[in-house]
Amino acid sequence: MACFLVPGTEAIVSTIVTAVVKKKENNNLKKASVDGTSATEKIGTKFSTKLGWLNKMLWGGSALLAFEHIWHGEVIPTFPFLTAVKEGEVGGMLAEMGTAGVTMAVLVTAAWVGMVIVSNVIEKRQAENTDSKEVKA
Amino acid sequence: MTLLITIFAAITVTLIWYKKAPDNSMRYGTLALMYWGASLMWLVDAIFEYAELGAEFFTPAAEDMLNDSYLGLCVVALGLIIWIVMLFIKDPKGIIRKMLVKKNA
Repeated sequence: MACFLVPGTEAIVSTIVTAVVKKKENNNLKKASVDGTSATEKIGTKFSTKLGWLNKMLWGGSALLAFEHIWHGEVIPTFPFLTAVKEGEVGGMLAEMGTAGVTMAVLVTAAWVGMVIVSNVIEKRQAENTDSKEVKA
Repeated sequence: MTLLITIFAAITVTLIWYKKAPDNSMRYGTLALMYWGASLMWLVDAIFEYAELGAEFFTPAAEDMLNDSYLGLCVVALGLIIWIVMLFIKDPKGIIRKMLVKKNA
């Protein structure tokens, strides 16, 4: 019915969060380069880049799912754009958004959390290996 | 079928991305993430449908399967279109920019 709207809404929020995080990271980098601290030399992927993975999954998934809804006639080009609303099935639509839609958003976010944890572990190991090599040298 | 086709597309693009890594100039990672996102969402859809239909879920009518396959292929094509538009807008290799500068000169 309109389950794609839930991950779509999450995509909007996560895109805004990414922009804010990116701005903060750039400010910190500028500050660090002015202070001459080592923050600029930090190894690893920026958190804003990792948030970008979530954005791509959410935007891509929502767009392709929206296409599927158009295919099945659940999304229409005229107001109110949703067949369920037009036919007075708002209750059913909201119930589907609350179950399938929320589960979709949670599953994609959980997959992203898994990706972030794995990348953090790899980066940590790499940093430890680099440190131990420097100590040996 | 839509879920299966999208999963196969996601796996294929992920393998291409892995083979080409760390070179990310073609943005294969973006396309792979888009397909994985859609696959996860359709997986949820499939689970809910299975909960409703039970074993009947695995024996769809031929006409439904054909329609779903057609939809799956269209979804893959749409994903590729979105990716190619993004690629041309970002133009990581600067090819479009060079072409436009040449034409204007």
